[in-house]
Amino acid sequence: MKEISYYPGCSLEGTAGEYDDSIRGVSSLLDIKLHELEDWTCCGASSAHCTNEELAIELAARNLAIAEKSDRELLVPCVACYSRFKWAEKESKEHPDKIHCPYRGNVPIRYVLDFFCEEPILAEIKKKITKPLSGLKVACYYGCLTVRPPKVTGIKDYENPQHMDHLMECLGAEPIPWSYKADCCGASLVLTRTDIVRKLSGKLLSMAKEAEADVLVTGCPMCQSNLDTRQNELEKEVGENFNLPILYFTELMGLAFGHKDTKKWLGHHITDPIKVLSSKGLM
Amino acid sequence: MDSTQQTNQRESAFLSEVDQASGEIIQACYQCQKCSAGCPVAYAMDILPNQILRHIQYNHREKVLSSKTIWICASCYTCSVRCPNNIDIAKIMDTLRGIALRSGIKPGEKDIPLFHSVFLDTIKSKGRIHELSLLIQFKTKTKDFFKDAGLGLKMYRKGKIKLFPSKFGGGKEIKEIFNAFERFQKKS
Repeated sequence: MKEISYYPGCSLEGTAGEYDDSIRGVSSLLDIKLHELEDWTCCGASSAHCTNEELAIELAARNLAIAEKSDRELLVPCVACYSRFKWAEKESKEHPDKIHCPYRGNVPIRYVLDFFCEEPILAEIKKKITKPLSGLKVACYYGCLTVRPPKVTGIKDYENPQHMDHLMECLGAEPIPWSYKADCCGASLVLTRTDIVRKLSGKLLSMAKEAEADVLVTGCPMCQSNLDTRQNELEKEVGENFNLPILYFTELMGLAFGHKDTKKWLGHHITDPIKVLSSKGLM
Repeated sequence: MDSTQQTNQRESAFLSEVDQASGEIIQACYQCQKCSAGCPVAYAMDILPNQILRHIQYNHREKVLSSKTIWICASCYTCSVRCPNNIDIAKIMDTLRGIALRSGIKPGEKDIPLFHSVFLDTIKSKGRIHELSLLIQFKTKTKDFFKDAGLGLKMYRKGKIKLFPSKFGGGKEIKEIFNAFERFQKKS
């Protein structure tokens, strides 16, 4: 059994509950034990770094200091939290004097997608597949912070990332090539400049549809919420019928593993994924 | 120091301030405009990202700090990874927002800085973000209760909205972190 520390973050306690549930569900099938960080607090994203960079580092570092008490790696599902933690890690190496809490930069910080896309976990994933996702065309959507900036994420092919596509291939799905996989959906402006968010999200949905995707897959709670919840509104505005389910990659892992709760997770989505998955004989 | 040197120094104060606070070398920008060409939100900005860098080089402090651009930037880092001179433009935008707030200059966008302030107040008082509380706090300030009300109801029905925040104790330590920063800012 692999043991790893786990920082869910605020979104996973709310709108991204099914992301949390599916991560816990597939981890358990992969014999990975998650230890939720005791007494974790908000990482500060995005408002802290937008207004006070030092406060942003401190809010992230507080959680990393908790994780550092054990020698386990730290698994982070939300890319905004992940990015803030990696910035704090960078700061701890370059300007340790700026960090006031007892964090020394010694916790390996792992983003959930990267973690599941790498060996030896990937080999374990292949062994667990009972129901390959044959015939399902997926648009892998990475967004911004999963890949950028590379000085923080360490991702080499940040303009055209492939790791989620490879994971989807392993699950038996067909990742489609499209040009918008690392474009921004505008999530940080969701409550303040919804007009910008609609324009950016509309473009992404439109392009994924044009590439003939059945579903769009993501590992970011903000992108998921943004792209999933506003399709009706956008359809009225641009006169285009999207009806494109937006899934977490862990939900598709659960589906391929035959996890008993998959249907429950998918039931929380605004744009219904059950219909298209049933039509492919996957549910 | 002669008077020309003094004038030069005063005039380059903003450039030095931003260079120092961001750790970036803004003088390296030679206006290739790659940042603005790839920026997904450039269309909504009043000053393009490459122009912001030029204005900083010219020490146009007020023009930069009162712009919409610094708030519209979505922190997607597309500009930063494409800059041929390795200038982290998205990070500079963070620095500029911080300086703008401390300067007291009226921000070019109203709701975005307001949202950040409500968000940080929520972290300070609760330690974690409970989405519904944050939304109510923000709407109370903008008085815009009807925007997205229908969507909210739909999300509630799908079990996406948690009515009550989770219980935990970390909030106390967080208050101390905020208080320490507020004390520090008052002093400087």
